Amino acid sequence: MSATLSAPVPAARARMTLRLALLGIVLVLALLPVLNRLPVESALYVSDFTVSVTGKWITYAILALAIDLAWGYAGILSLGHGAFFALGGYAIGMHLMRLIGPRGVYGHPTLPDFMVFLGYERLPWYWHGFEHFPFALLMAMAVPGLLALVVGFLAFRSRITGVYFSILTQAMTYALMLAFFRNDMGFGGNNGFTDFKELLGMPLNTPDARAVLFYASLATLAGSFWLCAHVTRSKLGRVLIAIRDSESRVRFLGYNVTAHKLFVFVLSAVLAGLAGALYVPQVGIINPSEFSPGNSIEAVIWVAVGGRGTLLGALLGAFSVNALKTWLTTEAPELWLFALGGLFIAVTLLLPRGLIGLLRKDEG
Amino acid sequence: MKRHLPGLLLLLLLALPAQAQEDFAAAVSALSGGFAQKAEAVERLGASGDPRALPVLRTLADGRLLMRPDGSVLLPTENGAVDAATGAPADAAGAEPVRINNRVRAALRGALGRLSIVSTDPAERLAAAEAVFRSRSAENIPLLETAIARETDPAVRAQMELALAASRLVAADEDAKRAAIVQLGRAGTAEARALLLEARRDSPVLAAEVDTAVAVIDRQLALKRAAATLFQGLSLGSVLLLAALGLAVTFGVMGVINMAHGEFVMLGAYTTFVVQEICRPVPWLLPWSLPLSVPAAFLVAALAGVLLERGLIRHLYGRPLETLLMTFGVGMILQQAVRLTFGAQNREVLSPAWMQGTLMLPGDIAVTQNRLWIIIFGLLVLGLVVAAIRYTRFGLEMRAVTQNRRIAATMGIRTGQVDALTFAFGSGVAGMAGVALSQIDNVSPNLGTGYIIDSFMVVVFGGVGSLAGTLVGALSLGVVNKVLEPYAGAVLAKVAVLVALMLFIQRRPRGLFAQKGRAAEA
Repeated sequence: MSATLSAPVPAARARMTLRLALLGIVLVLALLPVLNRLPVESALYVSDFTVSVTGKWITYAILALAIDLAWGYAGILSLGHGAFFALGGYAIGMHLMRLIGPRGVYGHPTLPDFMVFLGYERLPWYWHGFEHFPFALLMAMAVPGLLALVVGFLAFRSRITGVYFSILTQAMTYALMLAFFRNDMGFGGNNGFTDFKELLGMPLNTPDARAVLFYASLATLAGSFWLCAHVTRSKLGRVLIAIRDSESRVRFLGYNVTAHKLFVFVLSAVLAGLAGALYVPQVGIINPSEFSPGNSIEAVIWVAVGGRGTLLGALLGAFSVNALKTWLTTEAPELWLFALGGLFIAVTLLLPRGLIGLLRKDEG
Repeated sequence: MKRHLPGLLLLLLLALPAQAQEDFAAAVSALSGGFAQKAEAVERLGASGDPRALPVLRTLADGRLLMRPDGSVLLPTENGAVDAATGAPADAAGAEPVRINNRVRAALRGALGRLSIVSTDPAERLAAAEAVFRSRSAENIPLLETAIARETDPAVRAQMELALAASRLVAADEDAKRAAIVQLGRAGTAEARALLLEARRDSPVLAAEVDTAVAVIDRQLALKRAAATLFQGLSLGSVLLLAALGLAVTFGVMGVINMAHGEFVMLGAYTTFVVQEICRPVPWLLPWSLPLSVPAAFLVAALAGVLLERGLIRHLYGRPLETLLMTFGVGMILQQAVRLTFGAQNREVLSPAWMQGTLMLPGDIAVTQNRLWIIIFGLLVLGLVVAAIRYTRFGLEMRAVTQNRRIAATMGIRTGQVDALTFAFGSGVAGMAGVALSQIDNVSPNLGTGYIIDSFMVVVFGGVGSLAGTLVGALSLGVVNKVLEPYAGAVLAKVAVLVALMLFIQRRPRGLFAQKGRAAEA
């Protein structure tokens, strides 16, 4: 049935429109931190809130791209991408915690506050190395990647596909959530990490830091988009789409389906981890609720709303659903879950190709 | 009853040996003496273990015991008084209350505590025996011996004998100590074990005996722990079974993935709450609200199931991933709707009296009644589902449609109708699970989310499409969880089970009870 999705390669004209649209989005977004520096009276002034919210959405958009790469192109619906996102966030969170140093409430030279509180004597072994930013950034990608490698290998090897894989990944993020809620895991338990002070020598929560993080996120989004576009248009991408549409046929044709799926799943997890690493310094907190299965599935619906199988759709979905969420949760918070649930139903029943599908109706 | 009291006392009196009777009469008449005499008499009565002393001392403590100028002590009754020493009716004219001071009061407290071991209420006797067991002193030995000779209730008697053994352990007599050690060893409780270890410290001569007895206790305790773990595991397993059974029908048999399944369980729990509130004004109906909730919850959840299937899921057949997302959205809406209707806080569902309390199985294994009922209920629901699928026309059509929809249709089966009914049936079973869960879990809007993943695990582990697999899967996951818990803690046990399950699927991708033949190819 997934054959009803749009053709992977849009016509030349459509490709042109796509590039222009993308360029437009990036330019508008890139202007935001600049407009933030205008005087408050100015008509074009953009508030701190808008900048930080948009920065957050950009990291969501990277997550959406990651999900779309696996689901839209290879047919792997992961309901555990929130876990990769959160792991990336935790990795950078550990770095930020180490940077607090003696400025914590308890003033311990190396141990973060929660460890002093829990009576730790020394830093657990897995906390070493996180005082270096490059190491933390590497871990933000390597840990989700490794987890995806293991889970993916076990699952794809025994041909766990479709909903079974979805439920398996959901169980994975659920188990991680339970584990991270424990105090003796050494990740701050219930409260997670917060009260960050600085990153790369710049104090957080200043307009400068916001702008830097914003541009870093935007650059990462652009880079990820370029990477995903490259992957999906390559021969590898064609094989992935073929796997999505008929896995056994591809296998019978002699392709190594397991390896292809594993590659795209790990790449997707690394991107999600990177998104999480950019997300945490911007929101200033990471805790185990980021692992909750609801978060992962919400991210999946961004992609579905935007239109899966198109990279632009993932971005469109992430921005539009989150814009709706931000607006609705301030205007009528009790209605948000109805709206989100309604989106799930409406998109699957009425808009299988998402918003992009609406825009491209005439192209077929 | 009160009217016959003197007669009863008289009878008791006649049955007692003459010596005891004389001692009793002497002690009672001493109650009319000075405070020092009174206190001494109270202590003597307390140590006598004589059941007749209990009402006398209680009345004395209440300040209602009367005394005539001639020194005889009277026990007031409803219409007059009796002689406390003989039980014969007596004239209360001119009598005044027996006065007591703090010293007598202190003596009374001690005496009443020991005497409650001969009370007429078995529960009071049991409590007294337990208190003596804990306080253990050689002084209690004669009292316990008298009490044991008179005891008729086997449970109370056993507890008294334990108390006697514990008291003998601190007495001087070596042989009695040895016998006591063996007896305590057989008792097999942690308390007895602590007593024995203490005795070992105090008299090293008995070390060998104590060690054997402790080893006996340890074996018994280990066995009991294993039995308790097994029961807890079965209990958790039955909860998983209930939650997963509906899923075994909609997902296992129909192949429809319904992420709102947990919310149907939640609807069942709220139906239980609503039925209870309806029954509340009618006192005789209230204890029956829970049984009444079972069909009500089935109908509510089944109705929700029909609406979901006919209205939405039907349009997505053959697209499982879309179905998954769509039903997740439905679950969200249901949760939020319930939250807005009933509030976010937990709703309280009462347990009827016949489901409360604990039951002692042979071998002193304490079993909470409501857990036991849930195990029974889980098996009943399983029986119902199996019977419906195997032995009814509807079940036959359901199997026909799931095996080969088009051929079933050509045979004249209305496949659409069967789909709707099957889905309604599975959803209804989820609703019934909600009734059971309302007894052990918080009835809150997110009740279902905690069970949905576990339920899918059970169905996948057991083998999709196999009810026997669901049963075995649920029970074994429950037991494994509870066995791991003491070593790894509840959360890590869960994580370990999830990981083990993933590895298990490596070996047997189609679950424990894999379907064979054509049905397996679907």
